Amino acid sequence: MNRFVQAVLPADPDLRAELRLGLLRILVVANLLLGFLYLSWRYTATINWAAWPIAIGLVIAETYSYIDAWLFGLTLWRLKQRGEPPPPPPNATVDVFITCYNEPVEIVRRTAIAARDIRYPHRTYLLDDGDSPAMRAMAEEIGIGYLVRSEEWRGKQRHAKAGNLNNALCQTNGEFILVLDADQIPSPDILDRTLGYFADDRVALVQTPQWFYNVPPDDPLGSQAPLFYGPIMQGKDGWNAAFFCGSNAVLRREALMQIGIANYVRDLELRVQRALRTANALLRRAARQVQTLEDSAIRSAINDLQAAVRTSRRMLREGRPIQEVTWYFQQCAAAAARPLVAEDLARLRAEVATIPGLDKDEDLTTNLSWSLDDETILRELTIRERSPLAAIAAVRELLLAVDVDRADEAQPVMPIATISVTEDMATAMRLHAAGWRSVYHDEILARGLAPEDLRSALQQRLRWAQGTIQVMLRENPLFAPGLRLGQRLMYFATMWSYLSGFFSVIYLSAPILYLIFGMLPVRTQAEEFFWRLVPYLITNELVFAVAGWKRATWRGRQYSLALFPLWIQAVISAIGNVYAGRPLGFVVTPKVRQGGMHIWRQLRLVRIQVITMVLLTLAAIWGLTRLALGIQTDGIPTLVNVFWIGYDLLMLSVVIDAALYQPEEREQPTLIAATAA
Amino acid sequence: MALQSEPGDDGITVVRMDGRLDLLTAPEVKQQLAELIASGHRQLIFDLDRVSFVDSSGLGALISGLKAARQAGGDLRIARANHQVRTLLNLTMLERILRPYETIEEARAGYSQIAAD
Repeated sequence: MNRFVQAVLPADPDLRAELRLGLLRILVVANLLLGFLYLSWRYTATINWAAWPIAIGLVIAETYSYIDAWLFGLTLWRLKQRGEPPPPPPNATVDVFITCYNEPVEIVRRTAIAARDIRYPHRTYLLDDGDSPAMRAMAEEIGIGYLVRSEEWRGKQRHAKAGNLNNALCQTNGEFILVLDADQIPSPDILDRTLGYFADDRVALVQTPQWFYNVPPDDPLGSQAPLFYGPIMQGKDGWNAAFFCGSNAVLRREALMQIGIANYVRDLELRVQRALRTANALLRRAARQVQTLEDSAIRSAINDLQAAVRTSRRMLREGRPIQEVTWYFQQCAAAAARPLVAEDLARLRAEVATIPGLDKDEDLTTNLSWSLDDETILRELTIRERSPLAAIAAVRELLLAVDVDRADEAQPVMPIATISVTEDMATAMRLHAAGWRSVYHDEILARGLAPEDLRSALQQRLRWAQGTIQVMLRENPLFAPGLRLGQRLMYFATMWSYLSGFFSVIYLSAPILYLIFGMLPVRTQAEEFFWRLVPYLITNELVFAVAGWKRATWRGRQYSLALFPLWIQAVISAIGNVYAGRPLGFVVTPKVRQGGMHIWRQLRLVRIQVITMVLLTLAAIWGLTRLALGIQTDGIPTLVNVFWIGYDLLMLSVVIDAALYQPEEREQPTLIAATAA
Repeated sequence: MALQSEPGDDGITVVRMDGRLDLLTAPEVKQQLAELIASGHRQLIFDLDRVSFVDSSGLGALISGLKAARQAGGDLRIARANHQVRTLLNLTMLERILRPYETIEEARAGYSQIAAD
């Protein structure tokens, strides 16, 4: 087959790429058309109402898959094969960031040395979120910069890797930033091959593939993503929607800072508006509290604050800048607190005066009364959290919220988005929404370590899925302002694909329900069913075959079905996180094998898949037995379902391989570095 | 590159700089603003008249200055921004927070004008 294709196709790579794209488009159109015909027939003529739960469920699952086919088809429609990159600019300044968090020093050292030795002039920094002395010593030893969180982060939300990058952005000043995970060993020419794209000054991001050198050719854990780092990203690139994947990418600082500032503005406006909106109720409650205390000074201060809230809201409505509104409010709050502070000071002075023997020490007396009279003290004690009014918790919240600062954040400007555990995708979406462009350069320029055991691989997949769903729930690309329609659909496509878990359950349960309980979801003649369904499925396979030409895409497709419990868990936990504030349990993917797991414990990780496989097998045996014994007379539905089960088992079996996988002992670091270079 | 500061009788300090406020100069400006505020100059006006170019890292430095000033009970205002700076303030929407005052006097008046109108 391969040789035949080689002989038929022209030698010119550009022409070949064009032919491939043409063929892909024909196949996509054929597939979507056949799918439309099939699905409309399914809806109108085949639903078996007698078994309605599974009948409806199945047709919904098929609709999900059909929409997925549309999104995949749209992605491929603009597949962009960029070829040779433009030459790099002569004098760009570049910072190379290596993010690490408690990885083994030797792994990071290899990356750090390779990063230092990148050919294009640059500065290299190790961003150590583990703050470890060994890492610092290593950075000094090999002569690269070393950054940890600044003082401002103490006691504030850390935001994991996004926070680490934001902290480093504030402490460096290169025009471009190459981001590398701790294990991603860059080629010496990584910058020479990517910086040229920034000649277009609207380009904010150049992403290159992630590829792992510790994965055997059959890739039992499905670590390589050749379909994603290939046709899918190339297709997104065609729609100017290739997104940041967290590592092996170059970013433009100006673009990051711009979206960081725009986001600071948006966040602050919302914060101030919300605080002022709820302020009336808050202050009324506070007033009721002090009424019982019979403290008229505090009550009148609260009255003053209420007036200030009213005026501030009016100023906001008139479109006055936040700075002026919040300044006005803070000044009013300080003025309101002033009599209270003055009262306290007077009391303090009176107490000091009664200390026996104090009047003999003239120096101390003058000092004390001087400092107590000092105007600055009065002012110091009236602002924000130092104000006596802040003792009332609700008022304290208000004083902090109606200001120009995000009091709970370490830095006002956060260029890398912090709304999701997959900060990369959220950041790219904001860049695109602000009108920036991105590039996907399809050449392996860094080589990393994939997780080597099932548990770590599953954790990694779970985190990606959770993060993607978080972004979908917090900043849904279908509605986020600023994106073009194609970009919306490209982001949505990735999110949509993570919803597959629920529909996989339907696909997997349908043959069991039929063979054991006789619930037939589709009511039709076998012949008609075949000639409508089979061409649709065949064109679908052909789309995958041409899109993933010479790439091993089968593993990825197996995992997308086989990890269905994980996808479901990801969606549910992300919903719980976004709407109920439940923690996701962020985990950094371990780069070294989590040793010593017994095979049964490995299998426990995929017990749902194992149980499903047992049920499917039992159902197939049951159905075939009934057929053999003549209890079931119509053979076609049974055979179709058994065939279907065979396919499911083939897909699910990947998790058994993964659980049994024992990687070879790690080679010597020098050997790995040599193969990676 | 250094900021020149000119304290006034009214407690307001005018800060000036020459040249570009960009990713190269921003860290130093941020540092110097922080020191100025720590030394008691809480109410600042950043005069951009002789600043030829500002990028978003430069705006970042102004935002940190604003934050530091507010935490000390003061404020930071900007005045006399050129066309390029106004375009960037518009693009990043920062003008919704920081009003670019036309003149130093206007910025100064903004401090005393506590009433909303």
